Amino acid sequence: MPEETLDLPLIQRVLDNHKEVPGALLPILHAIQQGLGHVPDEAVPEIAHALNLSLAEVRGVISFYHDFRTSPPARHTLRLCRAESCQSRGAEALAAQLREQLGLDDHGTTADGALSLRPVYCLGACACSPALELDGQVHARLTPERLQALVKSCRVEAGA
Amino acid sequence: MIKLCISCDSLARAVGADQVAEAFEREAAQRQLPLQIQRTSSRGLYWLEPLLELESAEGRLGFGPVMPEDVPGLLEALDKGGEHPLALGPVEQIPYLKTQQRLLFARAGITRPLSLDDYQAHGGFEGLRKAALMDGDAVVAAVLDSGLRGRGGAAFPAGIKWRTVRQAPAGQKYIVCNADEGDSGTFADRMLMEGDPFLLIEGMIIAGLAVGASKGYIYVRSEYPDAIRVLNEAVMLAREAGYLDVTGSGVAFELEVRVGAGAYICGEETALLESIEGKRGIVRAKPPLPALEGLFGQPTLVHNVLTLASVPIILAKGAAFYRDFGMGRSLGTLPFQLAGNVRQGGLVERAFGLTLRELVEGYGGGTASGRPLKAAQVGGPLGAWVPPSQFDTPLDYEAFAAIGAMIGHGGVVVADDTLNMAGMARFALQFCAEESCGKCTPCRIGSTRGMEVVDRLIASSDPAAREDQAHLLRDLCDTMQYGSLCAMGGMTAYPVASALKHFPADFGLASPEAAQ
Repeated sequence: MPEETLDLPLIQRVLDNHKEVPGALLPILHAIQQGLGHVPDEAVPEIAHALNLSLAEVRGVISFYHDFRTSPPARHTLRLCRAESCQSRGAEALAAQLREQLGLDDHGTTADGALSLRPVYCLGACACSPALELDGQVHARLTPERLQALVKSCRVEAGA
Repeated sequence: MIKLCISCDSLARAVGADQVAEAFEREAAQRQLPLQIQRTSSRGLYWLEPLLELESAEGRLGFGPVMPEDVPGLLEALDKGGEHPLALGPVEQIPYLKTQQRLLFARAGITRPLSLDDYQAHGGFEGLRKAALMDGDAVVAAVLDSGLRGRGGAAFPAGIKWRTVRQAPAGQKYIVCNADEGDSGTFADRMLMEGDPFLLIEGMIIAGLAVGASKGYIYVRSEYPDAIRVLNEAVMLAREAGYLDVTGSGVAFELEVRVGAGAYICGEETALLESIEGKRGIVRAKPPLPALEGLFGQPTLVHNVLTLASVPIILAKGAAFYRDFGMGRSLGTLPFQLAGNVRQGGLVERAFGLTLRELVEGYGGGTASGRPLKAAQVGGPLGAWVPPSQFDTPLDYEAFAAIGAMIGHGGVVVADDTLNMAGMARFALQFCAEESCGKCTPCRIGSTRGMEVVDRLIASSDPAAREDQAHLLRDLCDTMQYGSLCAMGGMTAYPVASALKHFPADFGLASPEAAQ
């Protein structure tokens, strides 16, 4: 697709900046994802070539780490913490609320592309559980009402 | 002039510290009140966050937890001498804080994280100054004498690692800080990196001098964006101020912050090294030890954040000072982290030796829900669930090992009687299945089979069949514990076996004698 070729200058710039760094693959993937929102498939041969790796090695690393995405993200990403501390303060009920409210599973994305759900295991906010992260911002001492309001804020904006 | 301090810690901000600070700025401007707000690190008294501190003749006076709507009333109260329902009195007299023994977190809540002036005014770089005048062997000897053990969980004597790396012949050696604090229920590394980054940097520079390493990496999990930003800025400030070349040799210690990508296993030291090298986080077989063949095949000193951050204190105050804290072979202090269903969650730095009960009931004040206490998971997701009958165990590495538990990184997650332990056992196995690197069979396959066994056990209506499944689960735990390549599979057995042993009723097993 023509849009995708527009990504190539950024990918090339990232590679030029990082390829001499020892163990450059993770910093490169982070930089590409930061710039493009995901790691597009056409980046893989470019990265492999620059680092003298096989395509399989690059794909293996992308798929190993939960953070790397190979398709564009929703406009908002909500990561509800599901680890023990948050579970002891009702995280499972909040997860059920999300599934019901949005009609999605724990990894789902709304049909309008407004919101993706992702579980996360610990945000380091355990002293004020339960917690979630919405677009990089942590919210702790979460209540069902607060969660509903946060979800609504993502969807209202999408409808506007 | 009213001088206020509000924390810029990410958890304080997650419960509204920014909104409180903005409300103060706005209200004060409206009233034309001269007001100055300093954004400091957090005291770690998280149940009181957002905590407001007012500078006064009697020291800092606390108010909390403050909501933005409290601000107009608070400003009036501050004007009239400080009477307010949220008033806590002098912050340092709050018993939760006053009774702590803060060495690592001595500056917590007091200084601004990125102020070199604040850091130096409160004892910063004293350890480095001393270390720069010492021979490397003497620095290693000080770390050995202090009794410091690795704070990441394995509790290996730090000085022995230092000696091994120092004696290893190599052109290039590395210091690697494991800041992949993936253990749920723990947040001390995050607090330290966000709140006192120069302490970690100072510890790493000292380590570099002592073992002869010229390059250091701090590998931080991506879930901690604030820590990553603060560390990057702090490294730049330290470099500009000349601290990375403290001996004036002209060859600076190179320090780089690396960001993880959401893989729990990268908290395992060899998987972490693979990840820095740009590979999948697959655990390496040991030997060779990373101290001899670590990052890029070179001798590498790998330590947790708290281990490296303890070093400046040991150098500044002496090994004997540090060794005087603690009990048995667990010396120094550990910042315990109180989390989960607990009334007063936060950071409690104490010498080893206090009991779990003092921590959970004394500092924590019992459950947040007010319901009966059921258990506490100590040491992260791979730690055992400890029942209240064992709460008088002193927090000491060996004492915890003796009851089939571990202290790990010092995280304590409290649960009330509504938390089902069969569910938590299943969760531990599910987490292991999801996060296993897949290299060894007990971990890769055992975790999935374990989930199935727990499911069958819970679903079965026949007591004899349940007993059979429980037996199978104990066997599987044994295989995972002794057959796994690293602690991930090996210690997943802890939460599972402890839940089964102490809470058989949750599994539908009616044998109270199993609780012995």
